[in-house]
Amino acid sequence: MNRTLTREQVLALAEHIENAELNVHDIGKVTHDFPSMTFADAYDVQWEIRRRKEARGNKIVGLKMGLTSWAKMAQMGVETPIYGFLADYFSVPDGGVIDCSKLIHPKIEAEISVVTKAPLHGPGCHLGDVIAAIDYVIPTVEVIDSRYENFKFDLISVVADNASSTRFITGGRMASLEEVDLRTLGVVMEKNGEVVELGAGAAVLGHPLSSVAMLANLLAERGEHIPAGTFIMTGGITAAVPVAPGDNICVRYQGLGSVSARFI
Amino acid sequence: MDQILINELGDELYQAMVNREAVSPLTERGFAISIDDAYHISLRMLERRLAAGEKIIGKKIGVTSKAVQNMLGVYQPDFGYLTDAMVFNSGEAMPISQRLMQPKAEGEIAFILKKDLIGPGVTNADVLAATECVMPCFEIVDSRIRDWKIRIEDTVADNASCGLFVLGDTAVSPRQVDLVTCGMLVEKNGQLLSTGAGAAALGSPVNCVAWLANTLGRFGIPLKAGEVILSGSLVPLEPVKAGDFMRVEIGGIGSASVRFT
Repeated sequence: MNRTLTREQVLALAEHIENAELNVHDIGKVTHDFPSMTFADAYDVQWEIRRRKEARGNKIVGLKMGLTSWAKMAQMGVETPIYGFLADYFSVPDGGVIDCSKLIHPKIEAEISVVTKAPLHGPGCHLGDVIAAIDYVIPTVEVIDSRYENFKFDLISVVADNASSTRFITGGRMASLEEVDLRTLGVVMEKNGEVVELGAGAAVLGHPLSSVAMLANLLAERGEHIPAGTFIMTGGITAAVPVAPGDNICVRYQGLGSVSARFI
Repeated sequence: MDQILINELGDELYQAMVNREAVSPLTERGFAISIDDAYHISLRMLERRLAAGEKIIGKKIGVTSKAVQNMLGVYQPDFGYLTDAMVFNSGEAMPISQRLMQPKAEGEIAFILKKDLIGPGVTNADVLAATECVMPCFEIVDSRIRDWKIRIEDTVADNASCGLFVLGDTAVSPRQVDLVTCGMLVEKNGQLLSTGAGAAALGSPVNCVAWLANTLGRFGIPLKAGEVILSGSLVPLEPVKAGDFMRVEIGGIGSASVRFT
């Protein structure tokens, strides 16, 4: 894999980006100072942020996929989505409260998540492998919060920033794959009682589970895999909607109940 | 607006449809035209269709999405009439190059009624109780107004820009599906084009049908048992041409497809 950063530069960038998250301030794009950074460099930085959190005693509780709509990928000129990790303190209970003073400029997306019951290894991981490995699906609302100024970034920068991950809310009802058609599963996002976004599962790469296969294949590039029991957010079905203190949100999922939260 | 002008404009729109020659917007002709005038013009256009042998088989509701309401600057739906000359079955070839001028496809949920609905005072519960089944549907809208340069009065006069429509091959009881959250995906030529959900039409397609029953009730017009009611698009409008193939799939309801020739 093509790399341009030294080990010291990776460590310094990881600290710089993670500090922006922990101290709640925005930063300039990392590619401004390192214009020749590659995807491998960017994932090195992300994995170093992950290592820093684990060293501090945080647990990694799942993975997420980002940039999963064909339209967005075409717009950014790439053919694969990106991934990030989820730390224990990202998790918010259904109906819970999210403190905006700990975030820079949060937005929410409606997603479908899965939990695996068998490991998934790439390369060559396909939809059939994924279907056989899914334990259950569960509705999830992701809160994203880019550490970059004005939410403006390029792909390399956003990978280094853990794919803008910050919080997630799981809720509603879990279901087996036999019970739901993930392609036509509809979601309706309401903010302060008004419908603001809606869509169906197919908005995620044509099928939300394609996203899981791509995750296994991306991880394989680093010799990693998806272990059994992994919680995975498959990517946004709706556009991201900005939220502010005082907002309450509720996302309704066809046949799977709803997920709600309040922002203070 | 006097009846002579109403008849002239209704005749003009009817001829535009028959000859497939679009006309200039009615709202840019220097005279005042109210929404009520526009409905009277549409009724004249309908009379001409009925005189030519067409039969009314239902009604359609339009301007139900926020995007279209914002585009037209109106915050209420409109409606038009469906005739037997407009309906196609799923999978059939639809000769848009012979029938329409500037067609666009929208994915919708169609209601088939088993009881009359007579407003005012029709609630969502009344609509559900009066619905035999819901079906997947493509409505192919068309405008007799040049380049779709429509204001609300133009589209109302033009039978709510109704063109042709396709019903799917499955029908589901409204008791078995959540019409607010049911998801829709639309494919064009095998590629995913858009997704949506029931709530895109006034919060629920059921709200749209109740609105229509209550609006028509004020004029003493019922929604009748056996009629097809198209409840409004759940996705953005997509221009189509001969050679295109489109498919719509709705979670818990089924799918419909159409080939354009």
